[in-house]
Formats: sequence, C-alpha cells, structure tokens
Amino acid sequence: MIRSLVRLSLVGAILVAAVIAGVAIGETPIEPGVVLQVLANKLWAAGHVLDPIDEGIVWNYRLTRALVAAACGAGLATCGVILQSLLRNPLADPYLLGISAGASTGAVMVALLGVGAGVLSLSAGAFVGAVTAFVLVILLARVSGSASGTGQIILAGIAGSQLFNALTAFLITRSASSEQARGIMFWLLGNLGGVRWPSVWLAVPVALAGLIVCLWHRRALDAFTFGADSAASLGIPVRQVQILLIGCAALVTAVMVSIVGSIGFVGLVIPHAARLLLGTGHARLLPASALGGALFLIAADVLSRTLIKGQVIPVGVITALVGAPVFALILISRRNAR
Amino acid sequence: MSVLSCSNLTFRVRGAELLSGVALEVLQGETLGIVGPNGAGKSTLLKLLAGLREPSAGEVLLEGRRLGQMTRRTIAQKLAVVEQQADTDDGIRVFDAVALGRTPWLSALEPWSRSDDEIVQQALSDVDAVHLRSRIWRSLSGGERQRVHIARALAQRPQILVLDEPANHLDIQHQLAILKVVQALPVTTLIALHDLNQALKCDRLAILERGRLVDLGKPLDVLTPQRLQDTFGVRAHYLTDPFDGAQVLRFHS
Repeated sequence: MIRSLVRLSLVGAILVAAVIAGVAIGETPIEPGVVLQVLANKLWAAGHVLDPIDEGIVWNYRLTRALVAAACGAGLATCGVILQSLLRNPLADPYLLGISAGASTGAVMVALLGVGAGVLSLSAGAFVGAVTAFVLVILLARVSGSASGTGQIILAGIAGSQLFNALTAFLITRSASSEQARGIMFWLLGNLGGVRWPSVWLAVPVALAGLIVCLWHRRALDAFTFGADSAASLGIPVRQVQILLIGCAALVTAVMVSIVGSIGFVGLVIPHAARLLLGTGHARLLPASALGGALFLIAADVLSRTLIKGQVIPVGVITALVGAPVFALILISRRNAR
Repeated sequence: MSVLSCSNLTFRVRGAELLSGVALEVLQGETLGIVGPNGAGKSTLLKLLAGLREPSAGEVLLEGRRLGQMTRRTIAQKLAVVEQQADTDDGIRVFDAVALGRTPWLSALEPWSRSDDEIVQQALSDVDAVHLRSRIWRSLSGGERQRVHIARALAQRPQILVLDEPANHLDIQHQLAILKVVQALPVTTLIALHDLNQALKCDRLAILERGRLVDLGKPLDVLTPQRLQDTFGVRAHYLTDPFDGAQVLRFHS
C-alpha cells in the first residue's frame, strides 16, 4: 500500500515536472520559476507580480496545450495496450486499425454538417465514426481469414484507414470552403494548436477514466495472454470484457481525435517500450504506458514548436517520424523471435 | 457420483453437425479418456463440457447445476482447461503464467496474498517445473510449455481438469512424463488422447466416431479389435507384455 502510494506520487511528480518543462520551453522561453508563479497566482491567488503577456501565454496557451498533450498521449497509449492485449496482436494501435481514421471522418462530418456545436458533439461524431470503423475492420478481418491472424487484421485496418481517409477527403472537397479545408487538413495531421480550457476539461477526465476502467480490468487483460479461450477458462466473461474495453478504447480515441486530430504510433511505440522495461503484467504496464505516452506527446509537442523557427510542425508528423521506424523494428524483431 | 455430465449434447457450425446427442457422466476422482479418429469431435466435446462453447442442443451439468446458468468465474473455480496449443508472443515469465491460474479466485477485495504464492509454487512442483519459474515463456521447449500450462490449470485448484491432447507434438520422453504427471493428479480428469496404448491407462474410455458417442467403459472392454476395425479402420490385437503382464495393442494396416 505504502509502496504504491510512493509510486503514485513519483508518477505525479514526473508528470508535473514534464508539464512545467513543456510550458517553459518554446519560441519565447519562460523561466520555470515564472511558470510556477503563474500557477500559484491562478490556483491559489498568490499575488505574484508578473508580466500579463507571460501570464497569458502560460495559462491560456501553453499550459492547456501541455495538459491536452499529456492526456492525449496517456489516452492513446492506454488504447494501444488494450487493443494489443485483447486482439493478441503486437501491432494493434488505434491508428493502424483505422479507428483514428473513422473518428476523423465522424468528426469532420459533424463539423461540416454543423450538427450540434462545440467539442462534445465533435467527440460524439468521432465516437460513432470510430466504432463504425472498428466494426468494419473486424468484420473484414473475419471474412477474409481469422480475426486473430496477425497480418489479417492489420491489412483490414489499412483498408479501413484508406476508406475512411477517402471519405474524409470527399467530405472536405465537397462541402468545405478553402479556408475550412486548410484548417481541417492541418487538424487531421495532429495539431495541438488552439486547444483551450474546455478541451482540457474533456481530455483529462476521459484519459483518466479510460485508465481507471482498464486498471480495474487488469487481471482480465492479463488472462488474455494465452488467447480468448484461455481467458474464458480462467473465469473471464470474454465477450463482455471485450465489448467494454474496446468500446472504452474507441471512446478515448474518438475524444482525442476530435480535439487534436489523428496522432499516430503513440499507442504502438509506448506500450512496447513499457513492456520491454517492465514486463507484461497490466497492473504496471497500464500506468507506465499512460505515463510514457503523456511524456512522449509533451516532448513531441515541444519539438513540433521548436524544431523549425517561426513554424509549428503538426505533432502527428513528429510522432510518425519516431513511430514508423519503431514499427519497422517490431516487425524485424518478431521475425527474429520465430 | 457424477461431477460433470451432459445429455443430448449437440453442436452445429454452419450446418455441419460436429457433435450429435452425446450423453455421458464423469465420476468423481476418475480419469476419463476420450478417444476417436481425427475429426471425431474430441476437442469440440471438451470445449462444450468446459463451457467454452454454447451447445446447439442439450445441456451440461457441473455438480448438478446447468453450466449456462453459472458465471464464468464460478465455473473456473471448479474446472480448469489445458488447451492443445495455447501460445503467446508476450515475454511472460513462467511464474506469472502459472499465477494466471489464480485469476478466478482474485478480486479487488481479495488481492494476491501469500497463500496464492504458495499455491503457485505447489503447482510448479506438482509438474516438476520449479526450476523453470523465472524463465521467459519463449525460451521453453514444447514439453516445458505444456507442463507450465498444466501447472496453471492446477493453480486454479479445480475439482475437474480437462486436457485436450496434452502430449500432442511432444517427443516420447516428454509424452510419458506429461501423462505420468496427469495420472498422479488428485483430481477428476477428462483427457482427450490420440495414442490408444496410452489411453489404456485411463479408468474409463469414451469412444467418439463422427460426432457420436459409440462406446463408454473400461478400456479393455471397449477398445476391442472389432471396435478398432469399425471406428479407427485398423486391424489390431492385444499382446501381453512379458515384463509386467500389461496388455499392449499392436496395429496392422
């Protein structure tokens, strides 16, 4: 008990430090001390005298950005762990399985058709798209072979991604003004610009809730180690757990996509690194992946803002630059393991 | 006393009837072997009896209660399964793989305790695999993997153990070792077997042929030369081993 409390506070401290670093680093560097003073002013009305511009940058621009990046990274890494465990496939990831593409289509549809308003309706549209895409991909994998076959479901995921990306492009060219089209294309590549507090209030609770639901089912996830039949014989209500946790992954992915666009490879790279370091038990793997995902995306965001002076690279480009080679490494190491 | 029984058990997949109208009772403490040619429905029968598939018709009773009305967790506390070839790409350690067997007994209110450690250790020692406990799954040989699977099933502390051809794909030394382990276990055992000479060591045998139960009884009573001709399509007769007087089957094509 005491040990887990110590671990929890350690994780919290690392996260806070990473967020502060993420806020401090940027085109206009801000002293970490100033960042802390802004936080103290806003949270406890500490009354430090600060430059209002600095205060604005920290509170309204960079802090929201770092927090959403952390939530998004944690959420996507958690989704990767769930999908890899339940589908028994080391390459499963919301991006590669087409879930992100489906979510994008759903969100774009809501944005262009103007149904509802704000982040919530975007997220709802993204959720419908994510679930549709996942169901389609699983059906395609089933029809074309066994859904447990490693290659089959990834191929189906690629087909699904292509289909939904094409649908998104079709929707954009048909219905969007050129100004909208530019905005949407930029968002699709993964973009943390323009996130404000309402996004934080959506992303952080969703990421936390997803993590807690998964941690609650950590033993069920462990029991899938030798496949679904083995999980059933260990007393796991397989279908129920699959629907709940994959639904959870679709929801988390959808919310993150609706806020920041589709950011790939976080769900692939981070769980693999965590498994290498900590082994396969989900009681440690899940929190470690969430923490790793948060740190990874905060760092990717910092890079995306600072790599080219005066320009922001879409954060999805950074994660793909790191993720694609890791994907290749996993493929090679799997061949060697056989 | 019957601990597990089924009546009129039938299973269809896309119109094909893999199992039709099987009725049998498994008695407390016995080792019941299930034999039959390839495709006779041995694995299907075991999966239905373990509740891993829903029967198309008929029902399974575990300690007098219908399987369909019990939760997976309750079933797993009474009955453990060793599949034919369950494998994983995960870098899981042997101890953790065996510890999975405690899953049906753990919950948020009953977390892992020292007694669970002892049960896992005991299960490892029952299959003579204590020395493997820190090894990674991938580094194990086929025979070692199968022993770990059996240890995991034992860690469930079941009253009934269901094994689907546990010695399949193993060399003769490991086959005999696995079967010796299984026979020494103090639980009711249901085991599908391919090798008929090995099946002779069971207490009773159920013989399946094209999804039907064609005979059930003591091995020497049911595995008659006539039955071997009819069901397996081989001529065979018994020899007596001069070493210990045991009956041994000799086959002719």
